[in-house]
Amino acid sequence: MEYFLKLFLSGTAKGSIYALIALGYTMVYGIVQLINFAHGEIYMIGGFTALILGGFFFSKGMPVGLVLLFSVLLSIMYAAAFGFTVEKIAYRPLRGKPRLSALISAIGVSMVLQNFVLLSQTEKFLSFPSYLPEFSWLQPYKAYINSTQLIILAVTAVIMVLLTLLIKFTRIGKAMRATAQDMHMAQLVGVDVNRVISVTFIIGSALAAIGGVLICSYMGQINYYIGFIAGIKAFVAAVLGGIGSIPGAVLGSFVLGWTESLGTGYISSDYEDAFAFVILIVILLIKPDGILGRTQRQKV
Amino acid sequence: MKPRSIIADIGKSLAIAVWFMVLLFPLMVMKVNVTRGVAQVQFRWNFLPLVGIAAFVLSYAWRIALEWNERRGSNRSGGIFGRAKAVGGAYLAKPAVRTGSLVILLAFAIAFPFLFGMYHTNVMITAFIYVILGLGLNIVVGLGGLLNLGYAAFFGVGAYTYGLMWKYVGPSFVAAGMDPGWLFWISLPLAGIIATLFGILLSLPVLRLRGDYLAIITLAFGEIFRMVMQNSSDFTGGATGISLIPRPWFFGQRLPPTKAATYIYFIAIVLVVITIFVVRRIEDSRVGRALEAMREDEVACEAMGINLVKNKLITFALGAFWAGIAGVVMAAQTTYINPDSFTLWESIIILMAVVIGGTGSIPGVIGGAILLKLLPEYFRALAQYRMLIYGIAMILVILFKPDGLIPRKRKQYTFAEKELSK
Repeated sequence: MEYFLKLFLSGTAKGSIYALIALGYTMVYGIVQLINFAHGEIYMIGGFTALILGGFFFSKGMPVGLVLLFSVLLSIMYAAAFGFTVEKIAYRPLRGKPRLSALISAIGVSMVLQNFVLLSQTEKFLSFPSYLPEFSWLQPYKAYINSTQLIILAVTAVIMVLLTLLIKFTRIGKAMRATAQDMHMAQLVGVDVNRVISVTFIIGSALAAIGGVLICSYMGQINYYIGFIAGIKAFVAAVLGGIGSIPGAVLGSFVLGWTESLGTGYISSDYEDAFAFVILIVILLIKPDGILGRTQRQKV
Repeated sequence: MKPRSIIADIGKSLAIAVWFMVLLFPLMVMKVNVTRGVAQVQFRWNFLPLVGIAAFVLSYAWRIALEWNERRGSNRSGGIFGRAKAVGGAYLAKPAVRTGSLVILLAFAIAFPFLFGMYHTNVMITAFIYVILGLGLNIVVGLGGLLNLGYAAFFGVGAYTYGLMWKYVGPSFVAAGMDPGWLFWISLPLAGIIATLFGILLSLPVLRLRGDYLAIITLAFGEIFRMVMQNSSDFTGGATGISLIPRPWFFGQRLPPTKAATYIYFIAIVLVVITIFVVRRIEDSRVGRALEAMREDEVACEAMGINLVKNKLITFALGAFWAGIAGVVMAAQTTYINPDSFTLWESIIILMAVVIGGTGSIPGVIGGAILLKLLPEYFRALAQYRMLIYGIAMILVILFKPDGLIPRKRKQYTFAEKELSK
């Protein structure tokens, strides 16, 4: 039972990590029906930017709290800017073209960003200094959950609530929902669709950056390639929960996190990454619209 | 169209240059290194003006290209390029010219290994393997319109069929006094069949899925294949793979490496020719037409009475078959296989050959595959930028020439003269 609890909690932490990335995926997909392959790369860039800027501030003798604050804020801004730029260059001209074109373009973007970081920074794994605080009151429960995991969980919860509020109650949220339902109709009633899509990419990328910083602190290392597999898994989580649905993305992420950690704990650790794919195949077979997704009819 | 104000354009490009200088600042100008848990940052200021100038020039070119791209939609055949294309096309369409150039090409291909030596022959073999792969994937992506991101898995199935045959059947073969090189000829059809079976197996779950889901599930399949190969070390040799795979049988002789390369080169050529022939026949067949209809519109296609399930099965099976064949040739050429040769990036490079060359166009795909394999071989200096350049190329092609460099010719009904003269 204790073993199970341990696995369950580490699965929860993993799930909340996936959730941060999956939220961006699901938002983008909900609005432009594009699997944004480059999303994982944005997350990696967020982590790298935080590492670089954090290292710079730290070497200038800034206190740790401020280093954390500034590097996180700036990396969020940078990742958002990257998301915005990528959308403008590689996705916007393809709007209205066959959906597969945008997907191929997204694969291209993913390659470009990955190799850009590889060439401009390093191909090695860098250890990621943890700027996150340690809670002393958590010491007795250390075997189950550590402070980084707790922070990740809390941040995910807060973000999910904020995001839901944003989408439900603000003007831009309403515009997003309208665009997601029917882009042309939204345009007809005066929604600036281009702006809505830009904002979606900005928010999604900002979330990815938060995820990047938190996950790199949790894993303790960073590399140009981390974005890819994380991106794929987050996508699996988003599909699992029903792509386009925000609570679905979070739920799917937790399901994925639990499956992975229980799977590695009870079955085999060799296949850690395979579990995600197996779940994906199973879910697409049984319920292609995901756990919380709405059934979509295909139209001519 | 309004004449563009150049000053406004330059201003815009300047703004974009500043934007990129800010955007790329942390990643381009600062370089991080972590020693003993402390991140140290170096500044490379010389990159900053470089980024600025590059962004300025590129954004200017980008805007012109986008405009040109839009204008091109309205007047297609105009301009000097259009005329040159028309003249060239008409010239190429003459049967004498066609056969002539084909004969020259074939003669050159046959003379190649004797003219250029082993290294270049080996490079060409890899290129041919990619041509086969590209043509196979083209059936799935170009004809059927199904994006397959796990194609390298079928390639791997083929290579592993031969590898495992060698590992398990080989010893008893040798014990029976037979040449292990025979295994190649046994594996070749076998690998095709097994890969086909895998293709059918994969297509079963994906039959109901639409475009992008299908892409992801094929990706998942490909990764699972690689992981299984990597982790079942007892059976497949795990990450170390299988080595010392025999070269193909040649009248009982053990060929020196140079001659073996030439031999495999010719096998590859024959396979390429067969592939081209079969793929062309498929394209013009009933099945090919049905696949094209499926690519254009699944729902409408089904309404026309075409069995989608059957067609998707056929697509995946046919595509997988060629990948299996290519896998065997690859295993025979390198005599060594391991799971790292069948990663997702391998699938993506094959896909790129199809997309850049021209989705659905046979000459395009051949050109794309050869280009993608030969360029990195002969531009070794740029090797580290390879994937970056590929990525950029893929985005550019999709944006500006979505049909690829050599677009496929659509089948068209040509109406009688009186319709045209009206």
